[in-house]
Amino acid sequence: MQVQSMHFKQTASTKLNDAVLQKALKKSKSKFVDGRALGVAEVDNWEDIRTYAAALRDRVIDNLDAYLIEFERNAIRRGAQVHWAETAEEANAIVLGIAQKNAVKTITKSKSMVTEEIALNGTLIGAGIRVMETDLGEYILQLADEAPSHIVAPAVHKSKEQVAELFMNAHHKPRLTDIPSMTREAREQLRSHFLGADMGISGANFIVAETGTTLTVTNEGNADLVTTLPRIHCVVTGIEKVIPTMEDFATLIRLLPRSAIGQSIVNYLTLTTGVKAPDESDGPEQMHIVLVDAGRTKLVGSDMKDMLRCIRCGACMNHCPVYQNVGGHAYGWVYPGPMGSVLTPTYVGIENAGDLPNAATFCGECQVVCPVKIPLPDLMRKWRERQFDMKLRPFGERAAISLWGFFVQRPRLYALATRIGARVASMMGGEQKLIHSLPGIDGWTQGRDMPAPAGETFRELYAAKSAAKQVAR
Amino acid sequence: MKVGLFITCLVDLVRPNIGFAALKLLEDAGCEVIVPASQTCCGQPGYNSGARDIAKTLAKKVLAEFKDCDYVVAPSGSCSGQMKLHVVEDLFKGEPEEAEFRALAAKWYELSDFLVNVLKSEKLAGKFKGTVTYHDSCAGLRELGIKTQPRALLETSGCTLNEMQDAEKCCGFGGTFSIKLGEISTRMAENKCVNIGVAGADAVVGGDLGCLLNIEGRLRRNGDMKTKVYHFAEVVAGMTE
Repeated sequence: MQVQSMHFKQTASTKLNDAVLQKALKKSKSKFVDGRALGVAEVDNWEDIRTYAAALRDRVIDNLDAYLIEFERNAIRRGAQVHWAETAEEANAIVLGIAQKNAVKTITKSKSMVTEEIALNGTLIGAGIRVMETDLGEYILQLADEAPSHIVAPAVHKSKEQVAELFMNAHHKPRLTDIPSMTREAREQLRSHFLGADMGISGANFIVAETGTTLTVTNEGNADLVTTLPRIHCVVTGIEKVIPTMEDFATLIRLLPRSAIGQSIVNYLTLTTGVKAPDESDGPEQMHIVLVDAGRTKLVGSDMKDMLRCIRCGACMNHCPVYQNVGGHAYGWVYPGPMGSVLTPTYVGIENAGDLPNAATFCGECQVVCPVKIPLPDLMRKWRERQFDMKLRPFGERAAISLWGFFVQRPRLYALATRIGARVASMMGGEQKLIHSLPGIDGWTQGRDMPAPAGETFRELYAAKSAAKQVAR
Repeated sequence: MKVGLFITCLVDLVRPNIGFAALKLLEDAGCEVIVPASQTCCGQPGYNSGARDIAKTLAKKVLAEFKDCDYVVAPSGSCSGQMKLHVVEDLFKGEPEEAEFRALAAKWYELSDFLVNVLKSEKLAGKFKGTVTYHDSCAGLRELGIKTQPRALLETSGCTLNEMQDAEKCCGFGGTFSIKLGEISTRMAENKCVNIGVAGADAVVGGDLGCLLNIEGRLRRNGDMKTKVYHFAEVVAGMTE
C-alpha cells in the first residue's frame, strides 16, 4: 500500500468535513465502544487475563526465533511448506512464485492486513491472476478500489447508500436498499469464485508453535471456504503472530473478539493444520505458509518491542478521540489509530510519517483498553523523542521548545518573562478578556479564543501578599 | 503539616485565582503552606515534545524545591501524573535519583485527592448554588484515578451535579497537540461543548487549567458567553468571582 502518512494533517482536515464519514464514524462507535464495554463486563477476571496475555506475548517475543522454528517443524511435519520472507518484496515474490509454478489463474482471499502491508494484490493482479477478496468489507473496497480504513471493519467508512451504488454497478442488478439483501447478493456473487479458485490466500490471527496450525477468526465464514476449497492454500502472516500452544489461543481468544467488537466469541474459528491427509475429504493438496518479517525484527529487543504484543483487535483506534474524528484513511497507511502511529513510522520511516506520533493528546484511552497492555502513549512519545533528537520537527516548533526550555530552567528570567507576557496577553484580551487571534498559536485561535491571562502572575501576587503580611507584623 | 503548593505554570501565568483558591483550601484545613518562589514548570511540555533532557532537568528542580515538605499538592492531575508516574516510571527509572523521586511521588497529591483522602475536608467555603457539570481530565482520571474526589467536594460545597455524556472523553487539549493539530483539537473541543450544552449546567468544572482554557476558548468562539468555566478549587473555595 502506498504511503500517504506524510499528508496526515491535510487529509485529516478533509476528513473532518466529510459528512458521510462523520456519520459512519459516529454510528460505528456504539458497536466498538459500547459493545466492547458490555463484552468486557461479562468476564469477571478481565484484568487478570490481560496481565497474563501481556506476559505471554512478551515471552513469545523474547523467544521469537525458538517458537518460529518449533512452528516451522510442526507445520512441515503436517505437510505444509514454510517460506521465510525478510521483506515485502520477497513475500510477494514467494507467493507469486507459488501461483505461477502451479498455473494458478484465480485466487480467493480472506481478510489479511499483512497482505495489505506488502501490497500483494497488486503483484498478483499485475501478473495476470484474478484475485477476489471474499471478506464482505474487503470485497466492497475491491469494487471501490479503496484501501481499508480499519483493521477489523475495513469498509466502516462507507455508507449503505455508497455500497448500494457499488453493487448496482458491479453486479448489473437493480439497486438494493436493505443490508440483508445486499449481503445476500454479495454472497451469490462470491459463491462461484469460492468454488472455482485455484488458490486461497488467508492471513492468520495466530499461528500455533506446538501444532503448526494457523488460525483465522471471522464472522462470515469466508476463511473456511478460502482455506479448504482450493487445491492450494497459502497463508501470509507476520512472524510476531506465533503463540506457543493451543491453550494460549484459548486465553487470547477470550480477549480478541471482545476487545474488537464486544463479541464473546466469533462466528467462525478457522484452524488449518497441514494438507489434506489421505483419509480426509477436505483440504488443500498444498499448504504454503509465508512468514513475513518486513520490519518486525527491527522491533525485537528495541525500546518499541512492546508493540509486537499486538493482536490486532482495533480497540486502540476505536477508543482514540483522534481516530473517532478523522477515521482511518487520514493515517495514510495500513494501520490507523494509536497502533498505526507507532507501527507506521517503524515500517515506512519516521520521515514519511512525522505527524502520526504527534496525533495524540496522550489521553490514555488506548492503553486502558488494549487487551495486551501495550503502553501506546509511551511508544508514541519515544517516536517524539527520536524526532526531537534527529531535529525532524519543523523549525518553529523546535525553536519554541528550546526557548521555553531556556526560560523555565532560569527562575528569575522566567519570572520576568512571564510578568511581561501576562501583562501583554492580558491587554490583548480587551474587555471580553478573550484573545481572538495570536500569531504563532494560530492552530489554537483558528477555532477557539484564548482566554486572556489575569495580568499578574500568581507568584508576583503571592510575593506581594507575603510582603504585606510581613509589614503588618 | 508542611504542605508545598505546586502552582503549575498555567495557573501562575493565566489564572492565579486557582492558585489562591488552592492556598485557601489548604490553609482553611490547617496546613502550613509553602510556595517555593523559584518554581516554574513540572517539565511535561518538554517531556511530551520529546525533549527528555529538559524534562529531567526540570524534574530535578522540582525535587530540590519540594523535597523538604511533608506533602506536595498541585491543582492539576496532569502535572501530578508527570511527577507521580512518568518521572519515576520512565525518566529516572534505574537511575541514582530514582529513590528520591519515588519518595517525592509518594507524598505528591492532586488537590482534590489530598482534600478528600488526606485532609478529609468536610467544611468548605464554597457557596456556588448553581448546577455544574464535571469534565474528567485524562491524566487525572487514567493516571491517578481522580474521579469521585472532585465530585464529592463539589457536592459537599452545595453544587448540584448534572453529568454530561462522555465526561471522560478527552477535550482535545493535549498540550502542544492543541496547536500542532489545531483543527482536530478544535473538533474534539466542539464535541465536548455539545455535551456541555446538552447537560445544561450553569458552569463546567474541571481539575486542569489546560482543558478549561480549551473548553472555554471553544465555548466563547461559539458565542456562548454564559456558561461559566471554573476549576473545582475556585468553586469549593468560594472564589468564583
